[in-house]
Amino acid sequence: MEALIALSIGVLTACGVYLALRGRTFPMVLGLTFLSYAVNLFLFSMGRLGIGQPPVIRAAATAYADPVPQALVLTAIVIGFAMTAFVIVLALKARAELGNDHVDGLDES
Amino acid sequence: MNLLLAVLTPFLGAILVAWVSRFGRSHAAWAAGGVALAALVWLLPLVSAPFAGATLVQRIAWMPAAGLDLAFRLDGLGLLFAGLILGIGLLVILYARYYLSERDSMGRLYAYLLLFMGAMLGVVLSENLIQLLMFWELTSLSSFLLIAYWREREQARQGARMALAVTGAGGLALLGGILLLGEITGSYELSVVLASGDVIRAHPLYLPTLVLVLLGAFTKSAQFPFHFWLPHAMAAPTPVSAYLHSATMVKAGVFLLARLFPALSGTPEWTWLVGGVGLLTLLIGAFTALFKHDLKGLLAYSTISHLGLITLLFGIGTPLAAVAGVFHIINHAIFKASLFMAAGIIDHETGTRDMRRINGLWQFMPYTATLAMVAAAAMAGVPLVNGFLSKEMFFAEAVGMATQMRLGWLLPVAVTVAGIFAVAYSLRFVHDVFFNGQPIDLPRTPHEPPRWMKVPVEVLVLLCLLVGIFPAQTVEPILAVAAASVLQGPLPRHDLAIWHGFSPALWMSVIALVGGVLLYGARRPLYAWHARYEEYLDARLVYDALLRALLAFARGVTRLFDAGSLQRMLFLFLSFALLLGWIGWRGGAAALTGPRALLPVDGVSLLAACALIAASIAVVALHRRRFTALVLIGVVGLVVSLIFVKFSAPDLALTQLSVEVVTVVLLLLALYFLPQHTPAESHPMRRSRDAVLSLLVGGGVGALAWAVLTRPYTSMGDYFLANSVSGGGGGNVVNVILVDFRGFDTLGEITVLALAGLAIYAMLEKLRLDGPLNDAEGRAWNRDMHPAIMASFTRLLLPLALLVSLFILLRGHNQPGGGFIAGLVTAVALIMQYLANGVEWTHSRLPGNMHPIIATGLAIATLTGLGSLLLGYPFLTSTFGHLHWPLVGDFELASAMAFDLGVYLVVVGATLQILIHLGLLHGKTGDALTFGKGGLQ
Repeated sequence: MEALIALSIGVLTACGVYLALRGRTFPMVLGLTFLSYAVNLFLFSMGRLGIGQPPVIRAAATAYADPVPQALVLTAIVIGFAMTAFVIVLALKARAELGNDHVDGLDES
Repeated sequence: MNLLLAVLTPFLGAILVAWVSRFGRSHAAWAAGGVALAALVWLLPLVSAPFAGATLVQRIAWMPAAGLDLAFRLDGLGLLFAGLILGIGLLVILYARYYLSERDSMGRLYAYLLLFMGAMLGVVLSENLIQLLMFWELTSLSSFLLIAYWREREQARQGARMALAVTGAGGLALLGGILLLGEITGSYELSVVLASGDVIRAHPLYLPTLVLVLLGAFTKSAQFPFHFWLPHAMAAPTPVSAYLHSATMVKAGVFLLARLFPALSGTPEWTWLVGGVGLLTLLIGAFTALFKHDLKGLLAYSTISHLGLITLLFGIGTPLAAVAGVFHIINHAIFKASLFMAAGIIDHETGTRDMRRINGLWQFMPYTATLAMVAAAAMAGVPLVNGFLSKEMFFAEAVGMATQMRLGWLLPVAVTVAGIFAVAYSLRFVHDVFFNGQPIDLPRTPHEPPRWMKVPVEVLVLLCLLVGIFPAQTVEPILAVAAASVLQGPLPRHDLAIWHGFSPALWMSVIALVGGVLLYGARRPLYAWHARYEEYLDARLVYDALLRALLAFARGVTRLFDAGSLQRMLFLFLSFALLLGWIGWRGGAAALTGPRALLPVDGVSLLAACALIAASIAVVALHRRRFTALVLIGVVGLVVSLIFVKFSAPDLALTQLSVEVVTVVLLLLALYFLPQHTPAESHPMRRSRDAVLSLLVGGGVGALAWAVLTRPYTSMGDYFLANSVSGGGGGNVVNVILVDFRGFDTLGEITVLALAGLAIYAMLEKLRLDGPLNDAEGRAWNRDMHPAIMASFTRLLLPLALLVSLFILLRGHNQPGGGFIAGLVTAVALIMQYLANGVEWTHSRLPGNMHPIIATGLAIATLTGLGSLLLGYPFLTSTFGHLHWPLVGDFELASAMAFDLGVYLVVVGATLQILIHLGLLHGKTGDALTFGKGGLQ
């Protein structure tokens, strides 16, 4: 299972990096979204994987997942959304002011 | 406490004065004077201690664990400087009231002056060296503001920039010196540093320490070769020049020399560096001053020269020389401040400062002329005025030094030459301005200034005379305690008398006086000679060239790495990250796979992972068809939340799921205004290059994840698990961490969220974008009204959805849920209304302005934290209790839940703010399409 997660993180990162290297704003935003998936999963996996051990205190529980990475990732997801929103609005603003959606604001076409 | 209050009073007073100035110009002046007096009043009860020989240290614990305290110190030297700062400060405040014209903002000048006063007091009253440096930098900053007071003038801005660059760079060097001092002595407390002079002088790092500290002192005190900023700082209003550039700020440098005298002096390095620079500055300043046609320019170079004199005295380094140095600090502050004020009066009355035009003012303002002449006599070192006494001591020290070394006789000769020039330029100041024929083409007809503008000059000139005639009765006590605290030891026998008999020093004075008069007599050929070489003699040329070279170098470096291409920067950044990761990996000897037992793979997980990988690759492959890519990325997000479900993170799964919904809606809204397709513009070579890099980076991150996942570890999580119920009153440990254990972090995070919402609002406010009329295939948008079934259902669903989010919010402390998730669910429920019913329908039923909601949320979260502060606990301490509600049963109520409510409100407000305003953009675009009416099919 660990291999599967590591592979998924790797694929998400690779896709994110490739899209982030594109020259237009929208793929760039998609790339950032991928990268935040990858980073969140990576951070989360720092607490190692466990099945059926949610960090909610119960009398019957024998083991709990590590709550610290979870707390970190929870806020990271929300902040990630705010960042995506900010970047995409910035892209709109750039399009309005520069007339194109190239990341450097120059359009060869 | 008093010392802290005395230093803080001007800082707080600056705000007060800026506010009071709206009621009138005199109000501002009274307020500023009141503030300076208040600072003086705080000091008064402590004055007796230094006179009794005690050093007063007051400290306020700040971070005791790190050994950082706010520590203030009052000894003789500090008291002397505090007296100069506050006393002359009061006179300058009075003077400035009449100097500034109606157009100039009174409040701004006084506010800056008080800022400077506070910073300066901080410098002279600090016990901790790091703290001293902070105030030191504050004096640089506030003097920048003061020099650039007339900000519409190019000269003022340039002068301010130059002063900041030079003194700021010196401050940086001083920081290095102080850190070294701290390393050598093991303490940043002055008491310790001053007592360990022998250790410092014997230390191998003594020379670097000395050079760095001296760089700080020399830049501040305008010593050669850093002297050039001071004349350019004369673009400041004259009260500022009188205060900063003669009496106080430039004295901070010599103050530092005096302060650290016991710790650093007494070595050949000290003598040569400090004495040499002092002597050069003394000569260059005195020489240049004679040739300045600008009244303030003459005074500026004279100040440089006198600062050089003081530096030279400390460089000579005998106890008696140190006494003379302190004495000259006092005398120079008094006569130079009055001379600047007189120059300001002349400028104010005639409208010019050019001495080639200002002549014969005696007939218009005899009273001011008399005052200025007394002060100028002090500057020249004429008997019966204060400047004479310290200059005699200085001459005597120079003679004493002559027998100490080879070619020592050069020193008395050099200082006599400087004395000759000092007499000549003082004579020029008097003769050229008040006599020498008739004024030429003055912009205004001069007459005596307003009564109160003369009072500060009168006070200072009176002091010149009192000190000059009755030194032992007036200045001796404060000089004695100040000099004793400079020396940190017994005071040498010194005799403040006007007549010492026919000593060599007296003859030097006589030569200087006679020579000065003769030199001034030969001025015309000298001016002509100087004018020929003037353009080569400006140190500013060197500064400008250096600055230009530095800027060109910086630009070159930037151009080398930043060609203005984001893609290129990202590529470089990722390549380097990869390289560093690889180097790090090569350096370690550990195996990739750790010993931890692995979980078995099951079919469903395998399927989900395949879906994730397939969808990701599909997004990349189809990314030019943007809408398709967007739908596919939704799949990826869904699988990510499934991963959270599988591996025991219910909170994360809920958050990811709801964020996924709002993200997709957001991207859809934005996509409407962007091209529907990405053009294929990258070269295939570049695409494969990028593909290789991304595979490498992905592989690296994957390998890293694998390496971590297969290794055992211990976590601080156990602490939270053990204390969650007993300490936080909740069973959901993730939520308890968020709202209780790490509540401060969360407060920061929701602030970021609120700021992002506001920033997006600001960016969208003025934005006008035209959406396309057709979709990418040329079909017109579907102009159907809102589908009836969807509209009805979402309206029915709304109360249910809100109820669910309330449930999630309330149970969040004990079960998966909480403010973040509940907020997102609420936002999704409300967004659904916009999507299904359109903006107008929803807008008429819901508040469109989200600012109050965001603000309320932040306020609730902050107030919850402050509440615990009020009860004497640290910020954001939570408390909880059990409540028995009928029907519901036992119910746990924690104060952290109020905090969670704040989180909830901020999340709802910020999310809706972003989406609604993006949606409203659709309404503004001119065509009939509005949010939800057509959407993207």
